Amino acid sequence: MKIIVNAKPHEISATDLKAALHELGFACSSVATALNGTFVARGNREAVQLTEGDRLEVLAPMQGG
Amino acid sequence: MQFYGTEISSRLLLGTAQYPSPAILAAAVKSSGTGIITVSLRRESTDGSGAGFWDGLRETGCRILPNTAGCHSVQEAVTTAHMARDLFGTPWIKLEVIGHSDTLQPDVFGLVEAARVLCADGFQVFPYTTDDLVVGEKLLEAGCELLMPWGAPIGSGQGMRNPDALRAMRAHFPEVPLIVDAGIGRPSDAAQAMELGMDAVLLNTAVAKAGDPARMAAAMAQAIEAGRAGYEADPMERRDMAVPSTPVLGLAEFA
Repeated sequence: MKIIVNAKPHEISATDLKAALHELGFACSSVATALNGTFVARGNREAVQLTEGDRLEVLAPMQGG
Repeated sequence: MQFYGTEISSRLLLGTAQYPSPAILAAAVKSSGTGIITVSLRRESTDGSGAGFWDGLRETGCRILPNTAGCHSVQEAVTTAHMARDLFGTPWIKLEVIGHSDTLQPDVFGLVEAARVLCADGFQVFPYTTDDLVVGEKLLEAGCELLMPWGAPIGSGQGMRNPDALRAMRAHFPEVPLIVDAGIGRPSDAAQAMELGMDAVLLNTAVAKAGDPARMAAAMAQAIEAGRAGYEADPMERRDMAVPSTPVLGLAEFA
């Protein structure tokens, strides 16, 4: 199915968030996630099912003031 | 001094953005003597660049204060705070809800609302706010245990634009930790903030954009220590006219 990851379209076969992150090549331990604007905690990723057109944000530590 | 029950070793909090290189950032953190560094969250690429930065931060041994920089709404700020807590494993959050993209002035109405939501959810909120006393009271009512008034707009390096307002904050909130966040350009600005009775200073651009960031970080640390010592030593009152410092008694008469 096609989902939007950090504003770019991606085709994935995984159906839950944890598997999708793995498939997309993210280091799962050092990212935070939000699906369709709602925060998803690290421990809940496996329980969250994805659907066509979902918007996923994957954030990581970055320089900040 | 304590922030949310945590003993603070240095009154300088340092941002991690805009340094010429990771090595220079590390050198600046070290020479500043800071125990708290601020970080942000941004979209990750699949090459894991954010993970590499995170490894470098952990090596500093500093406490991490994640921010919600760039958030313009309560919902954005609250979601970012949750993501930061999940990622960094800390309840600390430097809460920014920005009202104007040109001045980066805090939207204090959104700030108070976001602070209320986050404090109720167990976050320990460091609110980036103006020097307005009523807003400060509302933030404390929302559950904040410290306040971070601006000295001048973020990244402007203008120094303390309104020292009278900061002096009023000190008088109005005698027991609340006050951290000047934003606007510091030079060590003398940091010293002035501390002489006004602020408890700490958070700065970034003034160090990162200096010709020699590590040396400037050390200079800022010295200025903050000097300013604090000056405040505690209770400075003399200003006078409009000269008063001789050398005794007049016993002055010879030659005429």
